[in-house]
Amino acid sequence: MTETTASEFLRETPLADLHRELGGRMVPFAGYAMPVQYPAGIMAEHLHCRARAALFDVSHMGQAELVGAEGAAALERLTPADVLGLKPQRQRYALLTSEEGGILDDFMVANLPTREGGERLFLVVNAGNKDADFDRIAAHLPPGLRLLRREDRALLALQGPEAVAAIAEHAPGVTALGFMGIVETTLFGVHAIISRSGYTGEDGVEISIPGERAEEVARALLKLDGVLPAGLGARDSLRLEAGLCLHGNDIDATTSATEAGLVWSIGKRRRMAWDFPGAERLREEMANGPRRRRVGLRPEGRQPARAHSIIQTVDGTPVGEVTSGGFGPSANAPVAMGYVAPEYAADGTALEILVRGKALPCRVAAMPFVPHRYAR
Amino acid sequence: MADTKFSKDHEWVRLEGDAATIGITDHAQNALGDVVFVDLPEAGRVVAAGEACAVVESVKAASDVYAPIAGKIVEVNSALAESPNLINSEPTGAGWFFRIEPANPAEIDALMDEAGYARFVESIA
Repeated sequence: MTETTASEFLRETPLADLHRELGGRMVPFAGYAMPVQYPAGIMAEHLHCRARAALFDVSHMGQAELVGAEGAAALERLTPADVLGLKPQRQRYALLTSEEGGILDDFMVANLPTREGGERLFLVVNAGNKDADFDRIAAHLPPGLRLLRREDRALLALQGPEAVAAIAEHAPGVTALGFMGIVETTLFGVHAIISRSGYTGEDGVEISIPGERAEEVARALLKLDGVLPAGLGARDSLRLEAGLCLHGNDIDATTSATEAGLVWSIGKRRRMAWDFPGAERLREEMANGPRRRRVGLRPEGRQPARAHSIIQTVDGTPVGEVTSGGFGPSANAPVAMGYVAPEYAADGTALEILVRGKALPCRVAAMPFVPHRYAR
Repeated sequence: MADTKFSKDHEWVRLEGDAATIGITDHAQNALGDVVFVDLPEAGRVVAAGEACAVVESVKAASDVYAPIAGKIVEVNSALAESPNLINSEPTGAGWFFRIEPANPAEIDALMDEAGYARFVESIA
């Protein structure tokens, strides 16, 4: 058994001391020392998030603002999402695509006008890609438009059916937000950008606050009834049950939006104009079908199938690979996702996953594995 | 537990009659987290000391369990199929993995005693 210890070369979020005080088990993740779990354990943290509310530190993720007119048009040169059509106070899931049609990253973009009414986009990208993403965006901006990285800000996620009620009286305007709504407000009197969104399949919020006030806000949140801390382990099992992709596992520079089942994130106008990086590949795959498709997989029995396991037909012909897999605490069963050749992608298709040399029977299954419960 | 010995791979070994009962330590189960599945060896399999012969799956990862001594697997804990969480709740009792008929009982004597294992865990912390 291998022990993982956080190296001193790792970066820390503003909540590192609090994580240690809470007994968080720190592990390296995307160059940061992050808590994979607290003493309660992944299973309890996961189930608590689905039952009440869990607080996650996601300050390692990249935050930036694109301030000024033409920001949306500039960003549309890098993503197939409809950014121009994004209404004020609204957030959207988007992909950064390569010229070859691969997915360089997935990110959130919000239309969040400044208090003076100026145009501003607020971006949140994955920790492991943030330098590359922001360099790419900055390099494509017209003169006069600047990308302002917000390394000074922390990011918290409060997720679960009780999350919004828990902070309602401490964060003006939050209750009124619909799913993917975003507001610039205060939380416990501290400046906060709060969106009703997350990565668990539950209702909840993501909260951007100044790094130097993050610990104080996190402590106040943890004092609220029903709120417990949760680490990256629960975050991963929650998002897997919710059928949400992890960039680097389930989507990457080789997979396309068509293969990944993320065509819904491409704006309708963009699908008429085909004016984004990789449009040629997506257009071809949408016309003729992709060469593989991302599917949900439910192994029989209790044994989890992990990422990189080979998926084969019942007569042993390899047809794909698992990209994420584990045990779903709420599903109370192993769950996985991966890519298979399109003829095996229909729900209910009987397949096998090779786990340590043994063929584990499984079926293609609809995702999410646990129904989403977003606010509407 | 004076007669319980420990390996550097965090297994415990207890000779009971002709066979040694083997499981993972409390330190090991704590490091693994919630166990959801165990892949046990077939009874009758002959194993070398240090050979991977079981796999324990937690929510987050799969880890090998090694035979701390050479010998023949004579029994496996079938209760773990239904209740893998016994490994978390009673790692050195009902959460045992398998029993080995030792090829050479002296191999057990060469393992660490409880105090030695406690020092070993301290040294890698």
